Amino acid sequence: MSLLVLTLIFPLAGAIALSLFPRMADNAARTIGAASVGLAAVVTALVMVFWGANGGYPFVQTLWQWIAVGDFHVNFGLYLDGLSITMMGVITGVGFLIHLFAAWYMVHDLEGSPGMARFFAYMNLFIVAMLLLVLGDNLLLLYLGWEGVGLCSYLLIGYYYQTPANAWAAFKAFIITRIGDVFLAIGLFLLYTVFGTLNIQTLLHQAPQVWAQGDAMANVAALLILLGACGKSAQLPLQTWLADAMAGPTPVSALIHAATMVTAGVYLIARMHGIFEIAPAIQELVGVIGGVTLLIAGLAATAQTDIKRVIAYSTMSQIGYMFLALGVGAWQAAIFHLMIHAFFKSLLFLTAGSVIIACHHEQNIFKMGGLRKTLKLDYWLMIIGGSALSALPLVTAGFYSKDAILWDAVANGHGVLWLFGLIGAFITSIYTFRMIFIVFHGEEKTHAHAGHGIPHHVPLIILAVLSTFVGAMIHQPLDGVLPSGAVEGHFWIELVFEVISSVVALVGLGMAAALFLGKRQLIAQATQDGPGRNTWLFFNSALGFDWLYDKVFVQPFLFVARGHRRDWIETIVNVVPGLASAGNSGLSAVQSGRLRWYAMVMFAGAAVLLAVLMFG
Amino acid sequence: MTGLPIQYGMGLAALLFIAGLTGLVVRRNTLFILMSLEIMLNAAGLAFIVAGAHWQAADGNAMFILIIALAGAEASIGLGLLLQLHKRFRTIDIDAASEMHG
Repeated sequence: MSLLVLTLIFPLAGAIALSLFPRMADNAARTIGAASVGLAAVVTALVMVFWGANGGYPFVQTLWQWIAVGDFHVNFGLYLDGLSITMMGVITGVGFLIHLFAAWYMVHDLEGSPGMARFFAYMNLFIVAMLLLVLGDNLLLLYLGWEGVGLCSYLLIGYYYQTPANAWAAFKAFIITRIGDVFLAIGLFLLYTVFGTLNIQTLLHQAPQVWAQGDAMANVAALLILLGACGKSAQLPLQTWLADAMAGPTPVSALIHAATMVTAGVYLIARMHGIFEIAPAIQELVGVIGGVTLLIAGLAATAQTDIKRVIAYSTMSQIGYMFLALGVGAWQAAIFHLMIHAFFKSLLFLTAGSVIIACHHEQNIFKMGGLRKTLKLDYWLMIIGGSALSALPLVTAGFYSKDAILWDAVANGHGVLWLFGLIGAFITSIYTFRMIFIVFHGEEKTHAHAGHGIPHHVPLIILAVLSTFVGAMIHQPLDGVLPSGAVEGHFWIELVFEVISSVVALVGLGMAAALFLGKRQLIAQATQDGPGRNTWLFFNSALGFDWLYDKVFVQPFLFVARGHRRDWIETIVNVVPGLASAGNSGLSAVQSGRLRWYAMVMFAGAAVLLAVLMFG
Repeated sequence: MTGLPIQYGMGLAALLFIAGLTGLVVRRNTLFILMSLEIMLNAAGLAFIVAGAHWQAADGNAMFILIIALAGAEASIGLGLLLQLHKRFRTIDIDAASEMHG
């Protein structure tokens, strides 16, 4: 199984090659960038085959000892089981398709300006970090990958660094996720103090023996891990960064801010499920956070004008479903939805990227309109992706994964969370088809040029196929790794709930059609002024969380900082620069530029020297 | 040359040197600055002559010839600078060329 290392080595080699020769030709950069991830995907497929042929037992590969200080030993070890192999498949498979699409997208996006090698170097490095995150057999290695993906996310959000707003968006994403990471780090310290190891399997094995059910320390540890996951996965209360992260190139949004990195929080909680099972209060909290976030993000998505922000909020909402699933103990359903979401959300993002390029970098959906005729392929892809997102019954993959979550929620006795999920599904249908109707129906407002070529078509079509029921047929080898959480209900009861959620999704679609498929007069009048306008603005600003955090955290901090600008430490510290500054002005005054002054100083110096020689 | 004590000759040289130095520092006209420089060079030359005569050595004379040559070279360069100064600033006030201040 030494093949496993190759999945890391190929993208790493690509990242190093692209970093060392940043001035290489664009075509070479695209080829290296996409091919390295493609090779990783091939190796992953081989690993899957061999692993399955050997019976699918968990497998550990220790590469070397990473850290050894006193009693503290950390191995650079890779751990392969059903969960990590599922994640590997998503990361390298979907990652490769997105890299392939990016090879088309970036050519049209950059248009002569340099940076192709920089882009693919970051993207390849991201794949390495993400693989480390899911393969690490101990929490420290996981944390290395965790920070690595955070770094790549920062670099790629700020990829168009010439625009200051993009750099600020990158700062925001980095700082807010860092808040979560600090909590996660403290959680790691706590786990190490209690158990004396960071090896995940040892931790999961020992936790039920050391901690009783509902132990306070177990609750604290689970809460810290949850906060770390919230930061990375853009869940309440650390959700504000994801919409601004859309400043990056669209393939980045697809890869990092939809398919892989933002689902790392879901992976982390699923990986540490043993801790959460002995902290039921915190596990309940996971579900509540997911339920509330999916509603907030869904409402925000209904009032966006930027196509990428609509999809970004839908991502937050869908990750909310995954958290809800984790909270109700539907571990396998959460990971299943994670994979299905990776398919249809990257399809939606890449199609949005295709539409944006076709409309000459226009992202405002109200300036598109009527693209159904010119962008036939994009239209159908968006319909497929949107249907999967809205979980339209039977034909879409999203139906099977989201329904499993909703059923598990109600079967495990979480009726309120089920209701949250159901309302969320209704909102999802509305905002998804609102976007599709506004972009592709109505009068034509811009002239679009459809994209073409293999790197454009192939990834989109593969992802579209995976977003239908075909994707839902992929079997995830999660038995034995995660508790199933599924409750076998009576066939007819299950059917009733499936019909309810299907009807809700279809009603949402119908309502979107009624509101946005015609002249859209009703909505236009309702949001023109008064309370309707205010509600629209409230939803548009994602329920005002940015404003709230600015008032609660940023402004008080700035106030305190301003108050301490002239304190006594400042005075002491300022002595050093004051001396340097005084010396500078004194010496520069001597350099007057006057020849006669120089002559006089020179003779004065000579006279002093002479006097010293004679009388000294 | 035994009658005249060396102090007289050296004293005259020192007086000439100080006169030249004063002129160099107080004068703003570049032409007068060049003349002051000539006076200072000749003061140095006089000191060599006096010392050479006192110790009956030819070295002083040799040094004086070198100084005369140096003074000639210096005068030609100085006058060249003077012309450039006049060309650039339309004046021969040395303080006009004080742009290289810190």
